[in-house]
Amino acid sequence: MIEIQALTKQYGSTTVVDCVSIDIVRGSITVIVGTSGSGKSTLLRMINRLVEPTGGRVIIDGRDTTSEPAHLMRRRIGYAIQGHGLFPHRTVAQNIATVPRLLGWERARVAARVEDLLNIFQLDPGEFASKFPHQLSGGQQQRVGVARALAAEPTVLLMDEPFGALDPIIRTKAQEDLRDIQRRFGTTIVLVTHDIDEAFRLGDRVAVMSHGQVLQYDRPAVLLTRPADPFVSRLTGTGDRAMKLLALTTAGEAAEPGPAQGPAVPASASLREVLSDLLWSGAPEATVVDADGTTCGRLTLAGVLGHGRPG
Amino acid sequence: MKTTAARGYAVERLGTLLSVGGLAATLFLPFVVFKANRIVPGDPRSLLQILPIWAPLAFYGVLILVAVTAVAIGAVWVRLAVALVGLAALTLTIGAAGDALTPFGNKIVRVSPGVGFWILLLCLGLMLTDAITRLRPGPATRVGFLALFALAGGAVFASGILDNLSVMREYEVNAGRFVLEARRHVSLALGSVSAAVIIAVPVGILCHRVPRLRAGTLGTLNLIQTIPSIALFGILMVPLGALAAALPIVTDLGIRGIGAAPAVVALFLYSLLPVVANTVVGLGRVPSATVDAARGMGLTSWQILTDIELILAFPVILTGIRIVLVQNIGLVTVAALIGAGGFGVFVFQGINQTAMDLVLLGALPTVTLAFSCAVLLDALVEAINRPAR
Repeated sequence: MIEIQALTKQYGSTTVVDCVSIDIVRGSITVIVGTSGSGKSTLLRMINRLVEPTGGRVIIDGRDTTSEPAHLMRRRIGYAIQGHGLFPHRTVAQNIATVPRLLGWERARVAARVEDLLNIFQLDPGEFASKFPHQLSGGQQQRVGVARALAAEPTVLLMDEPFGALDPIIRTKAQEDLRDIQRRFGTTIVLVTHDIDEAFRLGDRVAVMSHGQVLQYDRPAVLLTRPADPFVSRLTGTGDRAMKLLALTTAGEAAEPGPAQGPAVPASASLREVLSDLLWSGAPEATVVDADGTTCGRLTLAGVLGHGRPG
Repeated sequence: MKTTAARGYAVERLGTLLSVGGLAATLFLPFVVFKANRIVPGDPRSLLQILPIWAPLAFYGVLILVAVTAVAIGAVWVRLAVALVGLAALTLTIGAAGDALTPFGNKIVRVSPGVGFWILLLCLGLMLTDAITRLRPGPATRVGFLALFALAGGAVFASGILDNLSVMREYEVNAGRFVLEARRHVSLALGSVSAAVIIAVPVGILCHRVPRLRAGTLGTLNLIQTIPSIALFGILMVPLGALAAALPIVTDLGIRGIGAAPAVVALFLYSLLPVVANTVVGLGRVPSATVDAARGMGLTSWQILTDIELILAFPVILTGIRIVLVQNIGLVTVAALIGAGGFGVFVFQGINQTAMDLVLLGALPTVTLAFSCAVLLDALVEAINRPAR
């Protein structure tokens, strides 16, 4: 649990972050979204004291972040940024080993952890461990950057526009991978982005920032159905909000019991995708199947449409 | 030029230029000059007059072979080998001319290489350098070439082939002092550069971290750089002399208004700007995302500086060190004027005595030393740049 209490940052007479208080639930992904200059990066960087707050405090798992030297506190928190920030003069393995080494892990434990992480991030250790960052593609560099941030098994991971430099296809894949990894390790992730779609795709909870203030902090569906501020509804967009709402629910969650007919859709697909399938095929209902192929329910067109309405 | 050269039949532009220059020098300029003693102006002698007829003919044959190769042969190794053959022939011929013109046991007469010789040496040297450049040698290979040439040069001097030439005569007379001045030259150059690096790198780091200091510091150092070396030596004489007069302990340390102290201080001051500037540039080129990530992961300020920033900036800093080392090896020559010693001693003595051979005894080793240092440090810069661009 991260408690952000009345956190404020002023540069001279300019207030960049204005008395922000939010609680971040353990094991969730919280996305801070806002336009550039909204103070979202500064808010994130105050959590690990890369920016020293002018006022307020941050408490992680009951401990005030100012209760120990900043560099020691940061070693317990993962940090990944846009453009990865890998050390160009060190190999992939050395990069990933950075924080474990700082923490004085034994050599064998470091090596084992590096190999595990490379496997988890689908980078063959035999091929990639000894490569230098400039020998990797953009997507690979980004994965190494996240692997490095997770190397010392932090409970909290801070990410500043981590996928900003990736092209759309690789970005979608990277977002899915992050979701999987978050479920696997139960890491508490705080991620900053300007991309509202990324916020909805990843965030358990989304904080919308503008002019240094958090305008609304809630689940994505609530942001869509009950925006607290005109800026929030402008940012989330009203033109396709029904489709965005459908995208937040999976077929598995919405499946109704009963005899199933029509085209098969995976339980992990969003209702938006199911609706698209139904429109495309002209079928009135679809069969929801889970990963091993067993039928777990059905979805009618009317049922899907019901999820696209607020309330 | 490279692709046509590889096919072997196209005309080489540089080779043609060098051949024309070399042949003109051979035909119209004196190869060797004879003087009755070291001060009088000499008169040129023709190789055909002084050597048995086969020797000049063989030498001219080699030169024609070199010229043909330079113009028409594209194979780089052949060009390299032929240039070396040319240099060997040149060395043997000038040595033989020296022996032929010197009566046995006579230490008064002077046999100097003429303008023709120096132009041929230049042309052959350029052909050799061009061939080595075209091989695109890695840093280790370049250092290897340098070592080979140093060995070959050493062997030539040790063999005594050139002992009857004027420069070697001057060396013979000054042998003891030569070693002493060589040592002083190197220690003045290296000492001032080391002191400058010890001060300039921290100053560069400070300028990088505190941008407000940058313009003022670099401006001041730039100003020092514009003071001519002799003027700076002069300016430094006054305070150092006063200091020595006021504090006997300073004199005991060997610090006086003239001599090594003002020379080292001046060379040190000249060295500051390139090293500070390159440190600032090198640190500035470290990607900000890399430093941000390092801080975010919990490296301390000191760890970021030593493990990340200085390592990534090191090739640029080393380039600055290379600049000042080569620059100082040259400038030390001028420092001889204020009694600091070094090869400049021979240069200025030679000028005073109108003995050009003595000037060469100071100038040639200075050039060789500067060139060797440049090759070595360039190779080092490239070697450390390679693994992580």
